[in-house]
Amino acid sequence: MIPTLCLLPVVVCGLFGPLFYPHDPTLMNLEGALKPPVFLSGGNFSYLLGTDHMGRDLFSRLIEGARISLIIAVFGVFFSGFVGCLLGVLAGYFGKKLDEVIMRIVDAQMAIPAILLSILLATVLGAGVTTIIIAISVVFWTGYARVIRGETLSLKQRDFITLARVTGCSRARIIMKHVLPNLVSTITVLATLQIGSAILIEASLTFLGVGLQPPATAWGLMISEGRAYLATAWWIPTFAGLAILVTVLGANLLGDWLRDKFDPKLRQL
Amino acid sequence: MEPILKVQDVVKHFPIAVGGVLRRKFKTLKAVEGVSFSIDRGACFGLAGESGSGKTTISKLILLLEKITKGSILYEGKDISKFTDKDIKWYRTRVQTIFQDAASSLNPRMRIKKIVSEPLEVHLGKTLSKQEIEERAEEMIRLVGLPADKLANYPHELSGGQKQRVAIAKSIILHPSLVILDEPVSALDVSIRAQILNLLSEIQEKQELTYLIIAHDLAMLKHVTTKIGVMYMGNILELGETQKVFESPLHPYTKALFAAVPQPVPGRLKEIPALQGEIGNPMEPPSGCRFHPRCKFAVDKCRETRPILLEIRPDHRVACHKADGLSATM
Amino acid sequence: MDLMTKKRILSVEDLKTYFFTRAGVIKAVDGVSFTVDEGESLGIAGESGCGKSITCLSLVRLVPQPAGRIVSGKILFEGQDILTKKEEEMRQWRGKVIAMILQDPLTSLNPCFTIGNQVSEPFKLEKGNDQRKNIKQQAIDVLRSVKIPIPERRMNDYPFQFSGGMRQRVLAAIAIARNPRLLIADEPTTSLDVTIQDQFLRLLKDMQKQTNMGLVMITHDMGIVAETCDRVAIMYAGRIVESGTVQRVFLNPAHPYTEALMEALPKMESKSKTLFQIKGEPPNLLQLPAGCSFWPRCHKVIDICRIEYPPLFPVTNGGEASCWLLQKNKDK
Repeated sequence: MIPTLCLLPVVVCGLFGPLFYPHDPTLMNLEGALKPPVFLSGGNFSYLLGTDHMGRDLFSRLIEGARISLIIAVFGVFFSGFVGCLLGVLAGYFGKKLDEVIMRIVDAQMAIPAILLSILLATVLGAGVTTIIIAISVVFWTGYARVIRGETLSLKQRDFITLARVTGCSRARIIMKHVLPNLVSTITVLATLQIGSAILIEASLTFLGVGLQPPATAWGLMISEGRAYLATAWWIPTFAGLAILVTVLGANLLGDWLRDKFDPKLRQL
Repeated sequence: MEPILKVQDVVKHFPIAVGGVLRRKFKTLKAVEGVSFSIDRGACFGLAGESGSGKTTISKLILLLEKITKGSILYEGKDISKFTDKDIKWYRTRVQTIFQDAASSLNPRMRIKKIVSEPLEVHLGKTLSKQEIEERAEEMIRLVGLPADKLANYPHELSGGQKQRVAIAKSIILHPSLVILDEPVSALDVSIRAQILNLLSEIQEKQELTYLIIAHDLAMLKHVTTKIGVMYMGNILELGETQKVFESPLHPYTKALFAAVPQPVPGRLKEIPALQGEIGNPMEPPSGCRFHPRCKFAVDKCRETRPILLEIRPDHRVACHKADGLSATM
Repeated sequence: MDLMTKKRILSVEDLKTYFFTRAGVIKAVDGVSFTVDEGESLGIAGESGCGKSITCLSLVRLVPQPAGRIVSGKILFEGQDILTKKEEEMRQWRGKVIAMILQDPLTSLNPCFTIGNQVSEPFKLEKGNDQRKNIKQQAIDVLRSVKIPIPERRMNDYPFQFSGGMRQRVLAAIAIARNPRLLIADEPTTSLDVTIQDQFLRLLKDMQKQTNMGLVMITHDMGIVAETCDRVAIMYAGRIVESGTVQRVFLNPAHPYTEALMEALPKMESKSKTLFQIKGEPPNLLQLPAGCSFWPRCHKVIDICRIEYPPLFPVTNGGEASCWLLQKNKDK
């Protein structure tokens, strides 16, 4: 219930955003800058949440920001999931040397703090949406790999996998038709939980100056640009921050709910 | 008539790593130590024994899930360890298996129809049409006593007995010659065991199958098998026609095993006291006869040399130095 | 033992334990009554889903919550109704007066503590038993009584260093440590090999003879019932369908289910080739048929069976069974 309430508006904004803006989010109007939101004195209904230091309507910017955040989160989670699951399954199913090699790479990478790694990548590759997606993919694949490897190992013990060998199935067939379908629920739960983290990484990178750059419209940017106005026009960074909070909370709750529904074994995540 | 399966002096050792990362050594787990037996076409051969006896390892070796360390297994006269990939694929249509845990044997994400028809898709996918595959699957499901509508269900929607029937249908859809049944009914409720056992009998006749049944339920083995081997710590201690072995077991272990089985006969007096001790360590098995530490009749010879299977009576072999007073050396 | 003065340890009267789930109410135990005397062993036999395990969990009030609840009935232990006791009182009773051995020795022992530690625990709970030396000695003694060789050394081993049979003995030792009046064993030998099972069952019988405690043996294996129990209660779909001495029930089963079970078992001594099979499947507790729960599978069903559940009727040679075919007995 709650996750849907949190996420639905975000997804709707992400998909149909342009239909909803009361104003063009990039339209600057220096005369109308720093207008307060409607519920404070001096506000009016045409700028529901007020305007920022460039006179841009905050409400419209929030909606536009949702699109960017969603795109980044979805693609980031997708690529990291793809690579991570693939390597996890291969490591778990084939074992021995392949397993050792993949797991040591995972161990090595996980020793580097995620933020540090992503800042490094962003600095090297330059700012932009693609960079952030790459950064997220690189940072997150290891989490998938470990969990999926564990699940694959325990699946291998089940009799139907042995029977598939006795039936004469090729290894590829066993992985595609027997192992992967049984990993779907795990992957779904992981991915949902990762969406929240992905959004946070994007916001953090942008805030730190190595993610998206102005004049892009993104929640992280709204916070970093609005930092200076925290005392005077607090609405500039605050609503963006709230937007991030609600989205990440929604994603996490959804992930929790899915996990409880599908498999109590994942509780340690 | 050539036996369909001949197991000759098969040995299987597993290397086990012991010690920590720094002092890692390898010890050998001697799972199977020179086992020989043959199964005739159309027979129902039983392998009895407790945990650690090696009976499950033998089935894995026959199914080519593990490699033999020494010895040979001949299927229709052909040495299976020399099979090429193509031979192995063919072999998989001739020899199939059913496991104890029916729930674990079925892919929870696949519908019954897919599960049962998979062997057809793997081996005959290019020659049979989709329609033909469906028809065969339906035929098999009916053969095992399930209504055709079950084909659309998922495994969790079926009961334990029904799941095992599906597993049976899948194993026989390619008309194999030999089916290995590993504890086929011990995980099922008592009231439906008889149903499944009768079904297996029926199918054996209709499809002209040969069975190798691995179980610890001696009463059940007595009912369904024609020949039986009793295993202990990787060795066959007694081998022969079922009737003969049950009527007069010769090996002290066999006698103790038979006596230990609880019988639904109140007031039954157990003629012999319980077998003492426990099975030895398979990495350091007892010297000579593996059973000697628990055997009341053990003498020096039993500690020194391992007895071999000798035909003491027609169709009845025993591996024991004290059987019939005959002595045998390795 | 003078039969006349045998004390009644346990008397269960019309016990009902239900599970309240989203799919409906599961009447796991639906009106079960039985007794156990001092030194007597009662077998509760049945297949999966018949309610035998929940019955034994109800006896110690450890029914899985929140879905499960003891809805009604009395459990009189040496005259006192357990169901009216507060939880703290129950805690004192468990282990001291009523003990349990469960099915899986692997998960029943804590892998992180030594056997000595775990066997000493019940002794530590005994009031006034503070000396370490005392406790240690008591632990060694009880391990010896269950025939664990060199108990002084094995006290320092961990569960993984014991075989399945040994672990089960350790659990038996922990169970009898404080001389309980009643021992409940729920399928204690299912995971053990046949010869080890034989050793263990003989051990239980010896323990019972020595301490004169009552034993409730829950199992699906009729062979075990025949060899270890004095009396038996056969359960089906949450109710006891037949009870009596083991002799009577096995040699002259009164309920068609018992009869069919006896026939369906492959026996070492019988000669027939095809096994008698019971048609149908064990019942789904959410969709029990009207009338007698067994009628769809019964080879002797008559009209009234489909309409009304039969009460318990006395059986000619002792005991009771709930089958309409016995009604003529009552009228006699």
